[in-house]
Order: sequence, then structure tokens, then C-alpha cells
Amino acid sequence: MSATTSPTAATKRPADRAIRTSVPVSDVFAQTTAMAWRALLRMRRNPEQLVDVTVMPLLLTVLFGFMFGGAVAGGMVAYLPTLIPGIVAYGAVTACVAAGTQLRDDMEKGVFDRFRSLPIARIAPLAGPMMADLIRYALAASLSLTMGILMGYRPGGGVPGVVAGVLLAMLTGWSLAWVFMYIGTIAKSASSVSSLSLVVMLPLTFVSNAFVPVDTLPDWLQTVVRLNPISLVITALRDLMNDAAVTAEVGYALLGCAIVVAVFLPLTVRSYSSKV
Amino acid sequence: MTDDAPAFARPSPGTSTGTIEAETSGPGAVLAVEARGLVKAFNANRAVDGIDLFVHEGEIFGVLGPNGAGKTTMLQMLATLLPLDGGTATVFGYDVRRQPHAVRQLIGVTGQYASVDDLLTGRENLRLFGRLQGLSSKEARSIGDDLLARFDLTEAADRYVMHYSGGMRRRLDLAASLMTRPALIFLDEPTTGLDPRTRGQMWETIRALVADGCTILLTTQYLDEADRLADRIAVIDRGRKVAEGTSAELKAQVGGSSLRVQLADGVDARAAAAVAGRVAHHVPIDSPAGTGFSVSLSDANQAADVLIALRQGNLDIVNAAIEQPTLDEVFMALTGHPGGTSSPDPEANAT
Repeated sequence: MSATTSPTAATKRPADRAIRTSVPVSDVFAQTTAMAWRALLRMRRNPEQLVDVTVMPLLLTVLFGFMFGGAVAGGMVAYLPTLIPGIVAYGAVTACVAAGTQLRDDMEKGVFDRFRSLPIARIAPLAGPMMADLIRYALAASLSLTMGILMGYRPGGGVPGVVAGVLLAMLTGWSLAWVFMYIGTIAKSASSVSSLSLVVMLPLTFVSNAFVPVDTLPDWLQTVVRLNPISLVITALRDLMNDAAVTAEVGYALLGCAIVVAVFLPLTVRSYSSKV
Repeated sequence: MTDDAPAFARPSPGTSTGTIEAETSGPGAVLAVEARGLVKAFNANRAVDGIDLFVHEGEIFGVLGPNGAGKTTMLQMLATLLPLDGGTATVFGYDVRRQPHAVRQLIGVTGQYASVDDLLTGRENLRLFGRLQGLSSKEARSIGDDLLARFDLTEAADRYVMHYSGGMRRRLDLAASLMTRPALIFLDEPTTGLDPRTRGQMWETIRALVADGCTILLTTQYLDEADRLADRIAVIDRGRKVAEGTSAELKAQVGGSSLRVQLADGVDARAAAAVAGRVAHHVPIDSPAGTGFSVSLSDANQAADVLIALRQGNLDIVNAAIEQPTLDEVFMALTGHPGGTSSPDPEANAT
């Protein structure tokens, strides 16, 4: 450290500085992009964190297709139009849990103290990783879809229907991630986030129409499954991917995503800021 | 500026993206830090219990205290990282409580535990913090590269920070704080855990920053660090300020250095101590083993007089050392109880 080297320019006196009262919108975007860049670098250096969006969707598609295809639909290929949209939704919904555990993990590191001490928008350290996570949802959806096509799935919705389905799955994962981001800001540790999330996610994903036809269930369970918002998303995905049909369920799914974000995004930002 | 009058009015909603100015009562009148009656309570424990602090622009202000004294907590409150439970604080006239965003534009914070990203390289860290603070990619790169060179990190620039040594992390951490040349830098125990050489370099860096127009508020557990670096020192104990002044003023309260002598075998320790006491005008204290003594000095030069007197009396010595008052002695003198610096406990200091 050649400390005696004279600095290139003198430090500006406080009175000579323009002090802003808030962060302009264009700066919020630049700060969010910078935080997304950090999240991408970390993702690349921690490839094992991508297991839940690479290996898991592939494994589940193959396992469910071969194991349950005969029992549920009389054959593996006949089961795929039911299964693949279900797996795509399941993948997006489980992938978003990691957003919360990673945020909790991050908040305990020294580097978050620096983020807090910088004159940046409070939402940037939250929105940055969320932006980078879109890659995770895209990976999960496209991998199970590709595996499905290799196994014989021929989506009736064609390219537009499939693309719309993948986008809806990504949006669902991204919106639900705000719930887990919020849990991440209030939980005591990263491991408590993941165990709490598992308790919520397991019934939500399995007590749905993801893997089985609803009419095989007892009446009371059918009611529960129909009320499950995840079932709604899965129905919307099937409509898009198999029929390219923009049904009422698609509208409800979009509305549901909007409501989740509208509630949990402000909650998360407030809870995160209060930790400052 | 009185306690009951707000430093200045809240910005009106209409100027949400405009700029504001601190209210000044005249040139040079605004303090870098002006804190009155700071309180932070964690449940029943008042970690900071009514501290006043006044730091002038362009000075190095040292906060000296043992682990758990409340130094880090106080720093975090001033740096907008912890809410105040009581009292008021302004940084260059901006209220820490009501205008944290303005305060954050003026400060840099370098924590006790390097606040940089482990999974990024040194260069990437600096680029990230530059970009976050509105520098263009090009500016962030050139300022970052300058700082890496200045802090002797060019060679390690493209290595992941997790492979850095403690000293390198500390330097990168300080470099990250300097990306936008803050007017006030908070340094929380900048040299704790560093080897003597790296420590000396850190001191030089801090002096260079002040020469450049920066104001520094640093915390330390080391008396010699506060002594050699700080223009003024506040001594903190159990959340309260027990003394404040220049290093010379504090030393006068505590007493100066002392000479510890170990005598050769067969030398009459009592006779030697008597000689030393006569020369130094202080009553020597016999060492526990009875093979030497320790005597307070009014002035370090007296050590030579004592040693010459011993030589002339044919009282042979094995070893002699001049010792500065330790932080424990400072605390003993100022508070009547030991400071408790013998066992470094990072947890205790975090509260």
C-alpha cells in the first residue's frame, strides 16, 4: 500500500456538494441492474445453487412420466399434456423459495451493512437478485418442457402457446418469490426460511391438480384443490400450452400474481428498511 | 443550535428529487458530527447511554474503549445503520434520524468485519460499489484501478476476496469506501488483527486521507493508535463517555510511562530500587519474583538517568523496558475498574 502517494483530487467539502433528498428513478434502475450483475456473478460461482432449477425439473419429469403415466392416463405419452404444465408450474413455484433463503443469508453478511450505508434506493438490493432470478425460472420451465418434448409431448398450443405458458410460469415464480423475500426479512435464519417455506409449499403444490385428475379425489378434497391458487395457475398453463387458449383462468392467474406482488413487495421493502 | 430546535426543516414533498442544503450558522460552524445524548438500548442493556460527541471538519477523532464499551453501536447509529433510541445526531448538519439519505451521501463506512463480497474479485467489488453510487462503468473502472494500485492490491485484483488475507480485505474495504470520496469516513477498529507493518501502512493511509480533506471518526482499543493518530480522543466505557481531550491531556490524567528493570543474579534488589526511586522521584514497585522493580517516570528521558545511576552503583541489570500506560491503566485511572481488554471478544463488541 503506497499510502503516501498523494491522491489525484481533493475531497470535496460537504458544503460544495449537491445533496439529493431521494433517488431519481433512472438511478434506481441503474442500482438495480448493478445488484442484478452481482447476483449473476454469484450464481455463476455457486453452480450448486442451480440444482433446484436444473436437475430437479428433469428428474421429476422423467420420474412422474414413467411411474404415474400408466396409472393416471393409461400411458406415459397420454399423461404428458397433463403432467408437463403441472411440472412447469411446480418448478417455478419451488424455485422461488431460494429467493428468501438467499436474501436471509445475504443480510447476515458484512457486505449488506455497506449496502445499507450507501445512498441507494432501499429496493435495489431486493429487486437486483429478483431480476437475476428470472434466469432460474426460465431454466426450470424450459428444461422440463424440453425433457417432456423428448419424451413425446406435442404441445397443442404450438410455439405461441408454449412461449406464453413459460412466461406465465416465470411470472408466477417471480411474484410468489416476494412472499419468500418477505419471510426472508422476518425469519431468524436462512434454515428457518427454508423449513418454513417447505411447510407452506408442500401442501400447496401437491394438494393441487398438478399431477392427478381432480375427479379421482374425494369431494371435500376436490373443493380444497379447486380453491388452491396453484391449481388455477396450472389450469391456465394447460389452456395456454395445450390449446393456445387465453381462458378466464389465465386472467385470474395474472390477477393473482398482481395481488401477491402488490401486497408483498411493499411489505418486504418496509421490513427490510426497518432492519437498517 | 439548541436541543429543541430542529437542525432544519423537512424537505417538502415537491422537492422529492431536488437537492437540499444543510443550514449553517456561519462559515466553519457546521460540525462533521454533532451528537447529543445518544442512547441505544438492547432490552435492559443500555449499550450507549447518553453520549455527546463533537467532531470538527478535517480532524481525526478517536473513540477509545474496550470490547463491549459501545463504540461500534455508537458508530452504527451515526452511520444510519442503527436507529437512535434517544438523543440527536447530525452529520455536517444533516439529521441522522430524519435525513439518512443525505447523510449517506457524505459518509463512508468501513466496518470491523470487511463489508465486501467474498464471491466477487477485488476489482468487481469496487466496480459494484462505484456503479451503485452513480459512477459510469468507465469511471468506476478507472477509479477502482487507481485505488487498487494505491492500496497495493493490483496483483490480487482478479482473485476472489474469499482468498484474501485479513490485511488485504481491510484495505479493499477501505478502498470501497473511497470510491466516491466521502467527506466523513467511519473506521471501526481499522487495525484490529493486523500485523505491525500493515498497521503502520493503515495509519499512513488514514493520515493521507485527512491531508486530502477528509474527516475521520475511528474507534480503537489501542491506546497507542489513538495516541499517534487522533487529534482528539473520547474514552468510552460501558456506554458512557468517561474522558475527552487530546492525547496529552488524557495522559496527564493517567500518568506517564514506567521503567521495568530485571536485575542480574545476586544484585541487591532493595538497594537498586532505592537508587531508582531517588532518581525518578517515584516509589518503585518490586516485581513479584523479587528480581527487579518497576518505577513510574514523569518523562521517558528519566529512564536513562535511572539506568546510569544503576551502572554507577555497580547494580547489574539483565533487561530494561520502558512501558506506556496500557488501556487497562487508563481505565483504572479514569473509571476505577479494569477495562477488560485481555480477552478479545468480537461478540461483546458488536453489542
